[in-house]
Order: sequence, then structure tokens, then C-alpha cells
Amino acid sequence: MNYNVNEKGYYGEFGGAYIPEMLYPNVEELRQQYLKVMASDEFQAEFQDLLKEYVGRPTPLYFAKRMSEKYNTKIYLKREDLCHTGAHKVNNTIGQILMAQRLGKKRIIAETGAGQHGVATATVCALMGLECIVYMGEIDIARQAPNVARMKMLGATVVPATSGSKTLKDATNEAIRDWINNPTDTHYIIGSVVGPHPYPDMVARFQSVISEEIKNQLQEKEGRKNPDFVVACVGGGSNAAGAYYHYLDQPEVGIIAVEAAGKGIHTGESAATSALGKVGIIHGSKTLLMQTDDGQITEPYSISAGLDYPGVGPMHAHLFTSGRGEFISVTDDDAMNAGLALCKLEGIIPAIESSHALAIFETRTFKPDDVVVVNLSGRGDKDLNNYIEYFKL
Amino acid sequence: MNRINERLNNKSKLLSIYFTAGYPKLEDTVPVLESLQANGVDMVEIGLPFSDPLADGPTIQTSGTQALKNGMTTTLLFEQLKDIRKTVSIPLIIMGYFNPVLQYGVENFCKKCQEIGIDGLILPDLPLAEYQEHYQEMFEKYGLINVFLITPQTSDERIKQIDNASNGFIYMVSSASVTGSQSGFGNVQTDYFARIKNMNLNNPQIVGFGISNSETFNAATTYANGAIIGSAFIKMLTESGVEGIGDFVKTIR
Ligand SMILES: Cc1ncc(COP(=O)(O)O)c(C=O)c1O
Repeated sequence: MNYNVNEKGYYGEFGGAYIPEMLYPNVEELRQQYLKVMASDEFQAEFQDLLKEYVGRPTPLYFAKRMSEKYNTKIYLKREDLCHTGAHKVNNTIGQILMAQRLGKKRIIAETGAGQHGVATATVCALMGLECIVYMGEIDIARQAPNVARMKMLGATVVPATSGSKTLKDATNEAIRDWINNPTDTHYIIGSVVGPHPYPDMVARFQSVISEEIKNQLQEKEGRKNPDFVVACVGGGSNAAGAYYHYLDQPEVGIIAVEAAGKGIHTGESAATSALGKVGIIHGSKTLLMQTDDGQITEPYSISAGLDYPGVGPMHAHLFTSGRGEFISVTDDDAMNAGLALCKLEGIIPAIESSHALAIFETRTFKPDDVVVVNLSGRGDKDLNNYIEYFKL
Repeated sequence: MNRINERLNNKSKLLSIYFTAGYPKLEDTVPVLESLQANGVDMVEIGLPFSDPLADGPTIQTSGTQALKNGMTTTLLFEQLKDIRKTVSIPLIIMGYFNPVLQYGVENFCKKCQEIGIDGLILPDLPLAEYQEHYQEMFEKYGLINVFLITPQTSDERIKQIDNASNGFIYMVSSASVTGSQSGFGNVQTDYFARIKNMNLNNPQIVGFGISNSETFNAATTYANGAIIGSAFIKMLTESGVEGIGDFVKTIR
């Protein structure tokens, strides 16, 4: 089976571009150009140079010795938390800002939930001197004040999304409306492997540097390119797509996707899309999403703002329904405890999103000689308030 | 013949109204339709509310949110409309987003529309290629006209493709915008209206988005076969309710 996108923009039955005609010229332009642009030597030279000199890549593949002892298996952490701006998100925003420049766009818009993608977008806009407008749910603005301040310091305009539930899904709606209203000079930097084709594929390609590096680094450390398992948390699914990318067609590599169960899958306060979702259309893509029987998109919940999204990217919907990926969901409590455990065991404070991936070792056992790579998608600085409140620090 | 084709053959400067089903009150759907017909409106788009209406501005969004709060669902809308053809004979179109239709089951949805006497559908996020590959046959089997949108940015080549795929009218979005965000038309719009008129398309065109009063209605219908009023009508409904419909229509033409 093919786990990558086909020429029509689908992963199995998922994907496509379910967009109003107003967006067609922009999305079509991108579809026609993205592979050509990305394949050019000139683009690759600038992209690779920025990843190295500005983002700080390659990020280490760190053997977590004490954690490995605790769980009696070989655990490696892919340290995306060490990227400039504190998460993997910047791999994609660097790629897309270079794309936007090649397409002659002058104005950049983005959506953000926790603010990580917003900060990563504001950062590259500052770097390139482009105007930056970030849409963020009114509720998220209130609970993520430090990231709002960061974006402003970086010169971005943060616009509150006041419609619907006033969170990530609505910020995405507002960004799409902005794009409809500004059809010629604007590029929309989507923050995950979601949205209409070609976004899921383009973002996955920009993030694929993660698994490209894992291959080389594992070769050095273990004498083999392939781990037994690669584990990542899934919000929209971009860090996961990057970590899986070069292993999708290697059946000997187990793919483990970790979703946010929130307060528990059946509590009505969850973001475990594979367990709770049905096939539908969200933000221009046919995928699995949480919705009512009547087709209204429902509000997800997770303690982690980055996983608080009612859908998943079409690649992940396909990995789930085809059985290629093993999907596990982790509650708020288990994620928070796993986050704190990593601090104590390895001296690394993880983002709460990434803590979800770390939590699986409590319930999922591995063989002692299994090599398990966990994508540590981000650092916990942005989550300090959450940690303080939760653990009464 | 489908009521849409018939009306377009017999009349120019069509006035079409968009409103959100179940707004302002859940039970207003049928009274609004009856009043629109009584006041001489030519055609109606019945909005099926959606939680995430990407192409809509604040006015229509808010009305949809309220309608959902009131308890509107696809099943309930069909229930409300089941006897509508006993009292209303003007063309009726359901306008909504694709996800609720998908969840209802596209074929079931089409079948239900035919039973009730719905003449066409406007689903802005169901793209042309997808429609042609998977749904065109089904729509045609149930006698439904599918209406596509074009915008000032749509290329001539794509407009011709859309014209070929259409069998009712083409919905001309007046400017690059979501619904309701326009005040008056400038040269850019009238040039665009004229450009489309000069393409001599097979299908008549109806202009929508940004039609709010007699001035914009007249400007649009100087070039196109009709115009659709949405946000301005919803604003009036919010203020005056069903009783305000007669006066509103008189201010347009
Ligand atoms: C650190 C971190 N990890 C993961 C995510 C989830 O996004 P994705 O699933 O696209 O990687 C986010 C999103 O904000 C994040 O900040």
C-alpha cells in the first residue's frame, strides 16, 4: 500500500481540496508550483542553510539512558525541542516563507492555537521582512499570554478570533477568510499537515527533515537506519508526519501515534480524533474529525493547546484506517506525569504535547532490545504556567 | 422543466434572497419563505447552518450559530419543509457546506430534496472536479441543479469549464471577499460584471455577496440576470423579524 499522497492529493480516501472557489486560484497556484520550487537547487540551498545556521539543525538524537533503564528498552529522543523557537514548527515556517517569496507574496497570515506556530511564523517573517498577521482564538490569547507577547515583539499583528468556540479551529476559519479577502498578495502558512491539498504534503515534506536525520543518526549510533518504533504526538500531525516520513514504506518500523484523550475518551472532553472521529470535511480536507451526527464540528478538549484540534491530517487518517499506524490516546493526567518524569530522569522539560508521546511507556511495553525513537516535538517553557498550576509548584 | 430554469427564462433582474433556516427563531423558516413569495421575491436560497462556515462573514456566521443553538438540524429542516410546495411555488435552493450533506448521506440528501421540491443546491466547498467525478449523476437523477461560484480571480478557462458543468445559473461572487463585507461597487466590480457578460456564457449569471440595497442591486442586474441579497436581509431579520420582509423588499425594487 502507498502511504504517501497520490497525484490527486489523496491519502487513500482522505485529503483532496474541498475549498470554495474563492480560494481556488491560490491553492491551485501552490499545487502547480510547490514540487517544482522545492526541487530547485537554489531553494534547497537556502532552505538547508537556514535549517543549519538559523534553526540549529541537525537536532540531536539523544539516547535517554535513565529512561531506557526505567522502561527496560532502548529509548532515543529526537530533540526538536532544541530548534530555534522551541519546537519543530519552525522547520515548516522556514520552508513556507521561502515558498511564499518564490510565489511573489508580500503578506503572510497564519493561525495558531498555543502560539508555537504563530511564534515560528512571526519569527520567519521578521527574518525576511514580511508583514505577518496571526489569527488566534480569543480564549487562547488569554491563556497563552507569553506567546502573544513574543509574536508582538517579533513584529506580528495578533488578531483575535471571536467566532465559534474562539480557539484553534476558529482561528483557522478566520485565517481562511482573510485569504479569501486577500486573494493576490497573501500566502497562508498553515501550521500542520492539515488543510487542502497540497498543504498536508508540502508541510510533511518540510518536516521530513526529522526522519531524514534520525536515519543518519541511528546509523551512527546503532549501526542501522531503522528503529523498531517511531513515536510522536498528533495534534494536526506535523511533527508526527516528519518523524514517520522516511519510514512510511518500511513495514519493519512500527509507527505509533499518540493523541490527547483529555479527561478521558468518553468524558466528552477529549481530542482523541481517531477514537471519536468520523469521516468528514474540515478546513478543506476530507479526513477524520469529531462532529455531531448532523455534521457540525464539535469542540475538542486537551490540557495541551497544541493537541486541541477536532481533526487530524489526512495522512494520519489513512495510517489509522489502513492499520499502518498504532494509535494510542493519553489523558491529561498521564501526560503531565510523564512530562514531570522526564524532567527528573533526563533533565529535559518537555512541551505538554510531547509529554503525551512520552506517556505511552507506562502502558505499552517494548522488548529490551527494541530501539524506540520518540519525537520530542517541543520544549516546556511555554507550558510553565500549566505545569505550575497542575503540580502546585 | 426545473423551476430555476423556468424563472430565468421568463424574467430578468431576478431578486433572490438568502436566509438562514431556523433564524431568528427555529419556527421562522416557513413563514419567511411564504412572506418572501408574497412580497414578490423571485427565488430563495435556504441556508443550512454549519458550525464552521468558511466563506461567510460575521452576519451570516452569527445567524448560523444562533440557528444551531435554536436546534436546527438537517433532519429538522426537511421536516419543516415537507409541505412547502403546497404554499410556495418560487424556485428554492438549499445553500450550505458539504460536511452536513456528507453526514446525512449525499444520495439521501438529494432524494429528500426531490421529495420536498427543492430545485437546486449551492455547496461552496464541494469542488468542481469532485462533483463531476462522484456526484453529478446523483444530482441529475434527483433533478437537482448544482450551482457553482466564480470570482473576479477565476480564469476565463475555468469559467468556461464551470459554464459547461452548470445547468441552471452561475453564481458570480461580486468581489474577492467573504459574504457581507462590501459597501457599494466600484469600477473593478463593474468591469468584472461586463467582462463576464461579454463572455456570452451558456448559463445566466446571478451576482451575490455585497448586494445590500437598490443601488447595488441595480448595478449588478444591469449586467447580470439577477442578484442575491444575504447579509443585508439577515440584518433586517435580526432587527424586525418576519414582519419586516415587505418593507425590506420594497426598498430594493
Ligand atoms: C511542541 C508541539 N508539539 C506538537 C504540536 C502539535 O502539532 P502537530 O501535530 O502538527 O505536530 C504542537 C502544536 O502547537 C506543539 O507546539
